Amino acid sequence: MRLEASGLVCVRGGREVFSGLGFALSGGEALLVTGRNGSGKSSLLRMIAGLVRLSGGRLGLSGGDAERSIPEQVHYLGHQDALKPTLTVTENLGFWTRYLGGSQPPEQALATVGLAGLGGLPAAYLSAGQRRRLSMARLLAVQRPIWLLDEPTSALDSDAQQILAGAMKQHLQGGGLILAATHGPIGLDGARELRLGAAQ
Amino acid sequence: MNALSALFIRDLRLAVRVGGGGGIGVLFFLIVVVLMPFAIGPDLALLARIGPALLWLGALLATLLTLERLFSIDQEDGSLDLLLMADTPLELAVAAKAAAHWLTTGLPLVIATPLFGLFMNLNGHASAAVALTLLAGTPALTFIGVIGAALSVALRRGGLLLAVLVLPLTVPVLIFGVSASNAAIVGPLPFGTPFTILCALSLFSLVIGTFAAAAALRHGLE
Repeated sequence: MRLEASGLVCVRGGREVFSGLGFALSGGEALLVTGRNGSGKSSLLRMIAGLVRLSGGRLGLSGGDAERSIPEQVHYLGHQDALKPTLTVTENLGFWTRYLGGSQPPEQALATVGLAGLGGLPAAYLSAGQRRRLSMARLLAVQRPIWLLDEPTSALDSDAQQILAGAMKQHLQGGGLILAATHGPIGLDGARELRLGAAQ
Repeated sequence: MNALSALFIRDLRLAVRVGGGGGIGVLFFLIVVVLMPFAIGPDLALLARIGPALLWLGALLATLLTLERLFSIDQEDGSLDLLLMADTPLELAVAAKAAAHWLTTGLPLVIATPLFGLFMNLNGHASAAVALTLLAGTPALTFIGVIGAALSVALRRGGLLLAVLVLPLTVPVLIFGVSASNAAIVGPLPFGTPFTILCALSLFSLVIGTFAAAAALRHGLE
C-alpha cells in the first residue's frame, strides 16, 4: 500500500497556505508533519481525509481497497473527539464501531486504552484526557489502513502516550500508514518528517 | 444497514436523554395552542373554524424550532466529519437522522393533537382529521427542514436563517394540510384530493430533502 501526493495546493479563506507539497508513504511507514502554527498541518490531514478540497495537485492510493475512496480507508483523529456527552462511554464507542463497520466489541478497545471500568459512565463526566483516550479507542476498534492523527498527544498523560505509542507501533508493524501532525515527539522512532512552511 | 440503524438509534437516544430536546417540540406546540384562545377571545365558533389552521401552524413552528440543531451539534463535536468520511452514503445518513427526528418530534405532535384540539373547541371527529393530516404532513415539514438545517451548517449561520429559508418552502404543505382538515370537518370539498396531494408532498420532500441536504453538507466542506 502506498499513499502518494504531489503538487498539493491548499487555499483557505483566499490565502495560500501551502503549495507544491508532495510526499510518498508506503505501508509500515510514518510521517510526522511539523511546522509553525498556521502552516497547514491540520489542513493537510483534513485534505487527505477528504474534508478540505484540494485546490490543486494529486492524491493517490495504490494497493489499497480499490472499491473504496481514500477517506473511507482513513481514521481521522482531529481536535474534536466526536463524542456525545449524554451517551455512555460504551454507547459512544459502540456507535462509531457499528457506523464505521467494525466488528470488535467495544469492551476490548476500552480495556486497551485504560477505560475498562467506565463503560457505563456518560461521556460528559470524562476528563479531557479520558475523552482523548476514548477517541483513541475508535482507532483500535475499527480496522483502517491509514491513520491521520492531529496532535494526538494533546491532553494525554504519560501513561496514555505510551498506550498510543504502542498502538501506533503495532499499526505500523501490521503494514499500516500513519501521518501525524505534531509539535513534539509522539514516540514514533524512525519516522520521517515533513516540515511545512520551511520554504517560505 | 447496520450503520444506518446505529445512527438512527443513536439519534433516538440523544433525543430522549436529558437536554436532547425530544419533548421540547410538544411543549412549544402546547404553548402556542394555549396562547391562541387567550389572544382570540372566547368565541367558540371562531376557534373551531380556525382551529385546524392554528394546530398546523403550531406543528410547523415546533418542527422548525427543534430542527435547527440537527446537524450543527454534530458539526461542533466533530461527528459530522466522520459521517462525511464514512462509506455509508451521506444521503442515507441524512434520511436516518431526519427519520429519528420525526419520530421524536413529529410523531409526538400528532399524538398530542387530539388533546390539544380541545383547546380549539374541536370535536372528536375534527381532532382526528387534523391528527391524520399532521401524520401525513409532518414528514414533509421535517424533510424540507433538513435542507435548511444542512444549509445553516454549510453557511455557518444558525438560528433565524433556517426559518427564513424553510418557511416559504412549507407553504404548499400548509395549504393542503389545512384544506384537507377543513374538508373533513366542514366540507363541501372531498377530503381525498388535498389529502392525497399532502401525502405526495411528503414523499416528494423525502427524496428531494435528503439529496439536497447531503449536497449542502458536502458543499459546506472547505
